[in-house]
Amino acid sequence: MARSDVQMMLDVKAGDDASFDFLLQKYRSPLVNFLNRMVRDTATAEDLAQEVFLRVYRARKQYTPSAKFTTWLFRIATNLALNSVRDNRYQRMGISLNAPLDGEDSAPMELPSREMRIDEHMVERDRAEIIRRAIASLPEKQRAAVLLHKYEEMDYGEIAGILDCSEGALKSLLFRAYETLRVQLAPLVAQPVAHRAGGRRPS
Amino acid sequence: MKCEEVEKGLIAYLDRRASSSERRDVEEHLASCAACQTRAEEFRKVWSVLDEMPAVEPTFGFDARVRQRVAAEPRRGWFDWFVPQVRLALSAALLIALTVWIAKRPPSHPGTTGTTATTSAPQQQDFNAIENLGVLENFDVVTKMDALSDLAPAGAQEPDKTQPNDGTTND
Repeated sequence: MARSDVQMMLDVKAGDDASFDFLLQKYRSPLVNFLNRMVRDTATAEDLAQEVFLRVYRARKQYTPSAKFTTWLFRIATNLALNSVRDNRYQRMGISLNAPLDGEDSAPMELPSREMRIDEHMVERDRAEIIRRAIASLPEKQRAAVLLHKYEEMDYGEIAGILDCSEGALKSLLFRAYETLRVQLAPLVAQPVAHRAGGRRPS
Repeated sequence: MKCEEVEKGLIAYLDRRASSSERRDVEEHLASCAACQTRAEEFRKVWSVLDEMPAVEPTFGFDARVRQRVAAEPRRGWFDWFVPQVRLALSAALLIALTVWIAKRPPSHPGTTGTTATTSAPQQQDFNAIENLGVLENFDVVTKMDALSDLAPAGAQEPDKTQPNDGTTND
């Protein structure tokens, strides 16, 4: 029987480093993706993700399973990301590294599929950049709410716990965020493409 | 239900997480409001567009860097196993015990401590030697005084001297 994340964290607390390794393997990609979309810089996102895991490890002795493990994990990640964005240092770096049409995408692991033609890849990359910019234009809390709702598929209670707000306030937050995205992404909605790269929530 | 009131329920309705009463309210409003119906449809399309955002993978060596940082963390000693409150209480108790022990300790006198005693032993030997210096200087003379050996020991004469003081003879 598979152990739950909470059980594994309790094992980490008891001194089992293998369980920590398992949690690292399981959550490194979701964390790096979430942080990358929050701060818009892959190197910074990786630094922050490392910091998240380090904080989890440091806090293992005080860990009590009062909430879902992911709520705790993403709360640490969200706080770090919000601090980083508000600090503005990484944001400025992100704009310079992720400037549109500068001939180089900052995400080294985003590889086009083999069957995709060059022009299709360019179209998809441009569309991805527009989406990235639209998400980045959202206020920080709305951005975090959309990322946790759309890409991490968390329920409202969990997201509200991470963002430290009520479920009602979260629903209003999400509505306003999607309303902004609806306007900003209207050109892409009008011209859908055949290829779909990622995203996990079925729509 | 007004358009502003749909705000909170629309997202939950679209991602199929609304409660039955919430869903019913939204459905009723959408059936009568073309603007909100259009908005709901566009929200669905926006979600579809958001799926185009490519995912990134951590770079090679990410795990190794995390493990390296974790390994660099200071390991806990036996004292750190206690929760902070217990650690504080234990420290306070030790401090009080130390204070009481120092306060109750008898005052030390010069020469009575171990250090003084160890240093005073050779000094005592030197003092005795100086006291008997006269005898030592005339040691040959003292050993050649054979006549002295013929004399009765001073202790043996004592009873004779004390006898008159006995009381029986004086009477």
